[in-house]
Amino acid sequence: MKFAIALFCAAHEPSSRRALLFAQAALAGGHEIVRLFFYQDGVYSASTNIVTPQDEQDLPRQWRELVTTHQLDAVVCIAAALRRGVLNAEEAQRYQRSAVNLEAPWELSGLGQLHDAAQAADRLICFGGP
Amino acid sequence: MPKSLLIISRQAPWSGPGAREALDIVLAGGAFDLPIGLLFLDDGVWQLAPRQHAATLQQKDLSANLQALSLFGVDQVFACSFSIAERGLDPQDLSLDELQLLETAQLSALIDRYDQVITL
Repeated sequence: MKFAIALFCAAHEPSSRRALLFAQAALAGGHEIVRLFFYQDGVYSASTNIVTPQDEQDLPRQWRELVTTHQLDAVVCIAAALRRGVLNAEEAQRYQRSAVNLEAPWELSGLGQLHDAAQAADRLICFGGP
Repeated sequence: MPKSLLIISRQAPWSGPGAREALDIVLAGGAFDLPIGLLFLDDGVWQLAPRQHAATLQQKDLSANLQALSLFGVDQVFACSFSIAERGLDPQDLSLDELQLLETAQLSALIDRYDQVITL
């Protein structure tokens, strides 16, 4: 089955861990993930500036490894990310900000990518909504 | 045949960017001519409260953006009657004209009609 996965909450919230576990289980079960889409506070899970205490699960790193290992299409909503200070080099330069905290494998793009993923997938699975 | 998508908007307009970001998904879908529905549920119905004075809270008025729904071709807009009554809002005096009010029992049938659902 083809899944699109949307994440709406920050990395330190339980739903982010559940989303990661779901994604891992889907891939292990032979399913396809057409896209990960991080929206609202979900954009924080892609930030390279999150420092997790050593004895805790490093969700942003685990997401990055999952995306890299499986070469997943991983999109962070650009409007939500800008609002929350999650910028790649291009946007940091555009808005003249000193910090860059988003890099490959993540890509900044628009909400059209969420709709595109929902259209391409058999199921859209959302995590971290209110 | 594109898949249909229902957005369930459950956050009050002044509780953070959540309500605006839910609406942005709806408007983006409308811009792509996708079959999109929008349901205001729970605190989401506060978005429909008339005569809001956003400037008092140093915010932008979200109800102006709601008027863009029809411009983007989104005409399947619903609100939960129970949520409205529960919050003391008058169902005859809401900021959106083309709104279909649904009883709680009708919500599951509505959700069932859509291929995909996002709750925000």
